[in-house]
Amino acid sequence: MIFGKKEKKEPAPKSQEPKAPVSKPIAKEEPKKEERPVANKITVGHVHMSGCTGCLVSLADNYEGLFTILDNYADLVYCLTLADARHIPKMDVALVEGSVCLQDELSVEEIKETREKAAVVVALGGCAAYGNITRFCRGGQWNQPQHEGFVPIGDVIDVDVYIPGCAPCPQQIRNVCVTAYLLLKGNAEQQALAKAYLAPLMALASEGSKATSSEACGCDIMTKVINQGLCMGCGTCATSCPVFAITMEEGKPNIQRDMCIKCGACYAACPRAFFSFDVVNQYETIIDAIHGAMNPGGN
Amino acid sequence: MDYLGKYKSAVAARSTSAEVLRCSQDGGIVTSMFLYALEEGIIDGAIVAGQGEKPWQPKPIVATTPEEILSSRGTRYNVCPNMSVLKESVRKYGLDKVGIVGTPCQIQALRKAQLYPIGLRDVCDKIALAMGIFCMENFSYQSMTQIVQDHCNVDLHSLKKTDIGKGKYWAYTNRGAVSQIPLKLTHKYEQPGCHVCLDYVANLADISTGSVGSPDGWSTVFIRNNNGENIWNKAVAAGVFETKPIESVKPGLELVTKLATEKITKNQKEVEHRASFGVGKGLRNPYI
Repeated sequence: MIFGKKEKKEPAPKSQEPKAPVSKPIAKEEPKKEERPVANKITVGHVHMSGCTGCLVSLADNYEGLFTILDNYADLVYCLTLADARHIPKMDVALVEGSVCLQDELSVEEIKETREKAAVVVALGGCAAYGNITRFCRGGQWNQPQHEGFVPIGDVIDVDVYIPGCAPCPQQIRNVCVTAYLLLKGNAEQQALAKAYLAPLMALASEGSKATSSEACGCDIMTKVINQGLCMGCGTCATSCPVFAITMEEGKPNIQRDMCIKCGACYAACPRAFFSFDVVNQYETIIDAIHGAMNPGGN
Repeated sequence: MDYLGKYKSAVAARSTSAEVLRCSQDGGIVTSMFLYALEEGIIDGAIVAGQGEKPWQPKPIVATTPEEILSSRGTRYNVCPNMSVLKESVRKYGLDKVGIVGTPCQIQALRKAQLYPIGLRDVCDKIALAMGIFCMENFSYQSMTQIVQDHCNVDLHSLKKTDIGKGKYWAYTNRGAVSQIPLKLTHKYEQPGCHVCLDYVANLADISTGSVGSPDGWSTVFIRNNNGENIWNKAVAAGVFETKPIESVKPGLELVTKLATEKITKNQKEVEHRASFGVGKGLRNPYI
C-alpha cells in the first residue's frame, strides 16, 4: 500500500522480521568493493533525465552528511556523475532528476526501466516532479532542435515520492533519504514515523502523477489555497520561492506569474496545502531522529 | 483533542523593564525575551512585526538590534507574514541563530518548514527560539482599518493601542479617548483562513504567551519544550521577568482552556462543514 511496486514484490519483510529477508536481495546488489560493509544498507540510484544536475549538487551539498548517508544507510549504485555503473541496476530507491524528453528515446526507455528496477521512485526536484523550467521549452535549440516535448516523469510512470523545489533543499533530500532508510530497514516504530513523514510527499506524487493535474506553479497557491479560503497569510510560500516571484502584499501572496518557474516549492511548503498534526506535533522526535541518524557517532 | 498542547509549565509573568512595559501589549514577554536572547547571544536576530508603510500596518523585519526589537512592541491586530522573511534572515542577514515570533498558524508553518524544508536551504537547523502568541483570529489591514475607522470612529493616525478583551474590541487614542465596540461586529471582517485553524495557544512554539488567563498587564506563558525551558529559566534567573504561579492568578488556565476549546470546536465544525459545502462537492481540507 505504501509503495505500490514494492509491496507486490516482497510484502512480508517489511513488517515483523526485517533483517534476514530484507538483507538478502540487498546483499546481492551490494558492490564488492565496499571495504567496510554495513549490513542492511538500502541501494540508491540517481537517474538523470533532462535536468541541470542542480538537484544532484544539492544532494552533495549535504557535505559530510552525504558521507554519513553513504557510509551508513545507502549505497549509491547508479549515478552517472558520481558512480561507475553505466546501466540502471535494480535498486531500492531511484532519485530521478529532470523531466522526460519525449523525443529522446533513451530517456523514455530509461525512465521506464527505472520504474521497473526501483522499488521506490522519487521525483527529485521541480523538473522531475512538475516539469519546472523545462515546461517552457519548445524546441529549436542546439544541438537537438527536435527535442521539444518535456514532461514530468509522472506523465510517463507512476511516482512514489515528490521532492519539489528548484533546487530541492539539501536538508529535504537528506530527510527523505533517512526516512526512506527507516521505512525500509527500521523497526516498527521507526517505520511508522517514516511512513507518516513521507505521506504528504507521497500524496503530492499521487496527485502529480495524474497526467491531467501534473502542473505546479504559483497558481496552485491561488487555486488550491486562496480560492479555497484557506490562506492565512503566513508568508511561507514567499520565503520558499527560489526565484522571488512571490511577495506579500496586504498580507497575502502576490504571484508574478511571468517569473514563476513552476517548481512546486510554494505549494508544497504552504501549511494549508497539507498539514499533518500526526507528523508536525512530533517535530522534535523526527528532527532528533534525523539528527541522530546523521550523527551516528554522537560527536 | 489537546486544546493547550504539550507544555512543561505555565506561569503568569511580566517584564521587569519599565521601558518594555511602557508600550507593550500586556506583559511584554516576547519583546523582553528577544532582548534578553539577543544580549546573551542565544539568537543573532529575530523576525518580528516592524512598522510598515501605512499607520498600524505591520511589516516583518529581521531585527538585529535592541532598538529594532523595542520598536516592534505591541499587538497590531492585522496580518504580518513573518514567515516570508525566514530565508532572508539566514541568507541575507547571515543569522545562524534565528528568533521568530508568530501566531499559532505561523508557528505551524515554521515547524512544517523545519520538517519539510522545501526551498529553504540551510534554514531549518537555524531556528533558535520560536515564540508563539495566542490567537483567536486575525484581520487583514483593510479589515482592521474598517473596524477602527468606521466602527470605532478613530483615525488610524491617532490610534495608540487596540485590544480585544472582555468580549469587546477596544481602540485607545493618543489623546486618551477610548472607543469600544462589541466583538461580534468584527467577526465578519475576520480572515477566512483563520476559520479552519485548530490551534489557539501556539502549541508548537518553544514558548507561547498571551494575555488570556492573567490579570491586566500580565501575560500567561506556556513553556513547552527543553529549548524553551532552558531559555526561560535563564531569563527568569537573570531577572528579566517577574512571575506568579498560574494557579494563583484569576481567571487562570480555566479561561484559556475555555477559549481554546471554543475556538477549536467551532473551527473543527467549519472544517467538517467545508467537506459538504456544495451539492455532493466539498472544499479542500488541508489536514491530512
